[in-house]
Amino acid sequence: MTVRVQEYDFDVNAELAALTVGQHNVGGIVSFIGLVRDFGDLESVASMTLEHYPGMTEKILDKIDSEAVERWNLSSSLIIHRYGYLEPGDKIVLVAAASEHRVSAFDACEFLVDWLKTKAPFWKLEEGNGNAKWVAARMDDKVASARWSVKK
Amino acid sequence: MKLLYFAWVRQQTGVNEEYVTPPHDVNNVAKLIDWLRERGPQYAQAFEDVAAFRVAVNHEIVDFDAKLSGDDEVALFPPVTGG
Repeated sequence: MTVRVQEYDFDVNAELAALTVGQHNVGGIVSFIGLVRDFGDLESVASMTLEHYPGMTEKILDKIDSEAVERWNLSSSLIIHRYGYLEPGDKIVLVAAASEHRVSAFDACEFLVDWLKTKAPFWKLEEGNGNAKWVAARMDDKVASARWSVKK
Repeated sequence: MKLLYFAWVRQQTGVNEEYVTPPHDVNNVAKLIDWLRERGPQYAQAFEDVAAFRVAVNHEIVDFDAKLSGDDEVALFPPVTGG
């Protein structure tokens, strides 16, 4: 139920702690942290610059978040997605789902990541060794996203 | 009509965003793309392959037969890669 798009870094512990304040029905939180790798579509990646579509990004992330909360009856949820210039090891995204039972938290977290990969309007420019390449959409991400098209 | 371009589409057109007034018969996405291609070689190149980019109208991804009106915000960009 919290969605943020920001250039600056985030503190995972603080974000996860804030997620369940006062909610003692929560039995577990499942979180995912996406990082910049030193390889990708380019063999050697020195930096990744994320571009997004302000206005649409927030709308899409809100929709994805609402969908997860409704499908898995989450107690709370979190999506933080960064944009701008990042280097290998930097955090790109934090996704978390908190629920009464672990199974729904695991499923919801996977769903959130799968859908934001294929629906949120971000683009990644990899640069390294004098090369620059926009990261292409991946078929296996589409397949992972499509498995959630039917509500369980 | 407000047009926005992202990622390599932005680089190829050389424009982040612009306001345009296409003729009245340009009333859907496919016709807009045809019209854009006529605006110069950089546009023709950016929109040469219709499978290579996506279109959002007022923040919703749409098919190329989607209707357009003069106050729409239309964004053209490569397939998204979030996460």
